[in-house]
Amino acid sequence: MSYLMILIGCVFVNNVVLSQFMGICPFLGVSKQMKSSVGMGAAVIFVMICATAITYPVYRLLEKFEITYLKTVAFILVIAMFVQLVEIVMKKMMPPLYKALGVYLPLITTNCAVLGVTIGNIDNGYNFLQSVTNALGTGLAFTLALLLFSGVRSSIEDSDFPETFKGVPATLIAASIVSLSFMGFTGII
Amino acid sequence: MAEKNSNLYEFTKGIIKQNPTLVTLLGMCPTLAVTTMAKNGIGMGLATTFVLVCSNFVISILKNVIPKAVRLPCFIVVIAGFVTLIEFLMKGYIPDLYNALGVFLSLITVNCIILGRAEAFASKNKIFPSILDGLGMGLGFTLSLFTMGSVREILGTGSWMGLKIPVLSAHPMTIFIMPAGGFFVLGCLIALVNKLANRKPPKEISCEGCPNAAVCGGSCENASADTAGKENA
Repeated sequence: MSYLMILIGCVFVNNVVLSQFMGICPFLGVSKQMKSSVGMGAAVIFVMICATAITYPVYRLLEKFEITYLKTVAFILVIAMFVQLVEIVMKKMMPPLYKALGVYLPLITTNCAVLGVTIGNIDNGYNFLQSVTNALGTGLAFTLALLLFSGVRSSIEDSDFPETFKGVPATLIAASIVSLSFMGFTGII
Repeated sequence: MAEKNSNLYEFTKGIIKQNPTLVTLLGMCPTLAVTTMAKNGIGMGLATTFVLVCSNFVISILKNVIPKAVRLPCFIVVIAGFVTLIEFLMKGYIPDLYNALGVFLSLITVNCIILGRAEAFASKNKIFPSILDGLGMGLGFTLSLFTMGSVREILGTGSWMGLKIPVLSAHPMTIFIMPAGGFFVLGCLIALVNKLANRKPPKEISCEGCPNAAVCGGSCENASADTAGKENA
């Protein structure tokens, strides 16, 4: 499978949030404003690529010792550690970047999209470069969904919903319509 | 209603009053992803319940041993261990369900409900109440997954747990088993719960009930407040 195919497949056809339902919590929580969704998206892209680059050799190591069943434990530990490390390094070395992305970093440890991508890479049998492409695509897909949705959300805030639908239910129904629009991409690859 | 802090209360609160998905809005990812069939909903719910009870049990035993600064990684390792266990059990005994749940079985590890209960309850309470709390929350999760799975399966495929439903099976509304239908059904269910409970709907998903709040100290809320402040200035 070519790299472009993986990229398009991730971003449009199998959008990580809108058709695979990973990372719903930040999708609903951080999409209130366009600015915070860009920040969150950038942080997710960064962590996803790095997490993939790290977990790939970790998996090869597990394979060597024939303990691949430990991949969930190993991956989540590596991701949690990595996120902490990045936070510390960024705070010390790159304060402006830390100010822009730092607040979103701890949220990412428990973002299931990150663990989902690393496990998905293994399940699909991707090689190293394909894995990184997949991570990049998934991160972009997440950012795209967040950005689109933050726009939709600002219109929801001003509209008049029935009392019982105000808040989360209205948000979810709007998400359903956004997800519907992505169904148009089904079957292009 | 059971008396507050009694064992019965710890057990029943998770099922209805603090139902994890429909009231406190945790664990949305598996709720949306695996509920295309009622059967998968039950399977996912019970698997999560198993992990939740075991991890609550272990964490409440270890609560005095785990240093506070590194408690979250410790909790996650305990949880991931039990997830691996349930993966093995399911692969061996119910391979159909194992294939249907796919990657979401591994993703139980990062399910907010489990980490949330570990942080909010098991790390502060004795062993027995922690087990009851886990069992109650797990069953509440299973119940809402089952409800959602039933609605989607009946409307989307016209059958329920293998039974064909006369009129609907002729013209099933396939949209309900697609992703868009998932969001829609969940939105309607939460609205229904709001209506029945006759309470003011939660305005936003806030830090209250978000297990990440412990780590980030409300930084996501502050972040949006920050940007809002800047735009006003």
